[in-house]
Amino acid sequence: MSPRSAKPLRRILEYLAACLALLAAWKITALCVGSAILPQPEDALLGFGLALIDPAFWKHFFASGYRAGVAMALAWLVGFPLGVLMGGVKRFDAVAAPMVFLTYPVPKIVLLPVVLLLMGLGNASKITMIALILGYQVLVAVRDGVRNIHPKYLDSIRSLGAGNARIFTEALWPAALPHGFTALRLNSGVSVAVLFFVESFATTKGLGYLIMDAWGRLAYVDMFTGILGMSLLGVLLYETVNMLEHLTCRWKR
Amino acid sequence: MLEVTGLDKSYAHGREVLRNVSLSLGRDETLAVIGPSGCGKTTLLYLLCGLVQPSPFDHDADHTPVTLDGEPVRKPTPDIAIILQDYGLLPWKNARDNVSLGLKVKGVDKRTRNKAAKDMLARMGLSGRENDYPGSLSGGEQQRVAIARAYVQQPKLLLMDEPFSSLDALTRERLQHTLLELRRDQRIPYILVTHSVEEAVFLGQRIMILAGCPARVQAVFDNPGFGREGHRATPEFYDLVREIRQSMEVLWCVES
Ligand SMILES: Nc1ncnc2c1ncn2[C@@H]1O[C@H](COP(=O)(O)OP(=O)(O)OP(=O)(O)O)[C@@H](O)[C@H]1O
Ligand SMILES: [Mg+2]
Repeated sequence: MSPRSAKPLRRILEYLAACLALLAAWKITALCVGSAILPQPEDALLGFGLALIDPAFWKHFFASGYRAGVAMALAWLVGFPLGVLMGGVKRFDAVAAPMVFLTYPVPKIVLLPVVLLLMGLGNASKITMIALILGYQVLVAVRDGVRNIHPKYLDSIRSLGAGNARIFTEALWPAALPHGFTALRLNSGVSVAVLFFVESFATTKGLGYLIMDAWGRLAYVDMFTGILGMSLLGVLLYETVNMLEHLTCRWKR
Repeated sequence: MLEVTGLDKSYAHGREVLRNVSLSLGRDETLAVIGPSGCGKTTLLYLLCGLVQPSPFDHDADHTPVTLDGEPVRKPTPDIAIILQDYGLLPWKNARDNVSLGLKVKGVDKRTRNKAAKDMLARMGLSGRENDYPGSLSGGEQQRVAIARAYVQQPKLLLMDEPFSSLDALTRERLQHTLLELRRDQRIPYILVTHSVEEAVFLGQRIMILAGCPARVQAVFDNPGFGREGHRATPEFYDLVREIRQSMEVLWCVES
């Protein structure tokens, strides 16, 4: 059942089958709609195929991939250790938890103007925005994960005479890893969505720009190149997280 | 060696679990503890290894109810190994790392502790399984890893909480024999909590009955035939099992 345990080749076949099914649905819809706004899948695929051999497309793709990738790494670097600390140290949690949970329900995207003012229109603000949204998810998932570690595991390691530092490195940290990765994986879609949003203005690089620009030019096949590019990026981010989890959480295989 | 005098325990919301438990265990002795579910057997073992603290009752402040070789036991120490109910293996560590964790905590270098873990696992018949995680080991294999983890530390005392209760009869008997062999070789005294009278009589030099609410030591039986070849098939074995059963029936009855 777990998607992580599937073999790579099988995984790719599964993706291909899903693609075929989606293409079929697309074709039927396109035939029904019969408008240039929804191009025929074969036209879109041809456009996408041509884009794949066009360096300009890859410039946009890597610009987006860079933003999303750096944001995910940042979210992890801040959210994961903070989450483990909050989950594991009651006194720290007492101070930090109210701040986290007071700001948790605020949709971070509304902070965009503030972030733009503080960090300018460049990559920094875009990355910060995505990292902020993802970081919260990682932090909260990891904190809960650590708090829910069965006490018997902590008893088990304490019975060996281990101090707090050991309990951290040998129990809390590894036990939290899958929770952090799950949050990151489930939210890889969210990060692509936010990416699209922050790339739709004040930049001329990135798949979000590609989509908005093509839309403005009524170039619907180009627009779908951007959309397919974003989908590809989403799948790659998801699979990267899967791979990282596979490498670091061997016991979960 | 291990001396327990006037041990009391109440949990936070005032539930008194153990009252005035006393026992002593010599350098080469084994003790089986038997008692009804929820009477406080696990709590007793936790107290003995310092994982939970006794409650001070009418005693003066510096009364130390648990001492090992004259030293009070106030917090967990590598000198006392405990095999928890459900084995207590960490799911995110493979068999080798689970076994060597105690040595790692002690500061033993990686080469030495990996070798020690490998040898101990081989001793338990788990050669080649060093890299397996607990999730992919059977119950009996997990229990053997847990025993390896306890013995590799060379503790002065070993505590076991219902170590064989979730195993099938054959695996259980095999492991009971392994345990006796280990004791013969390593001379590490142990205290074993169990629900099975047969197991208590097979593995305990003395058998202690814990019952009541709060639980107290109700009776202690001597088991002269302990460790003798073929003990399990002797009339003495069955007589003692019957005797213990009878006294349990009386005690459990009074309780409910
Ligand atoms: N951490 C705790 N806080 C409060 N009460 C506890 C705690 N641990 C155990 N108890 C209570 O103490 C009593 C004894 O529990 P314990 O686990 O020692 O029993 P046990 O004899 O080992 O039972 P079993 O045979 O089912 O393993 C139970 O009533 C239990 O609810
Ligand atoms: Mg118990």
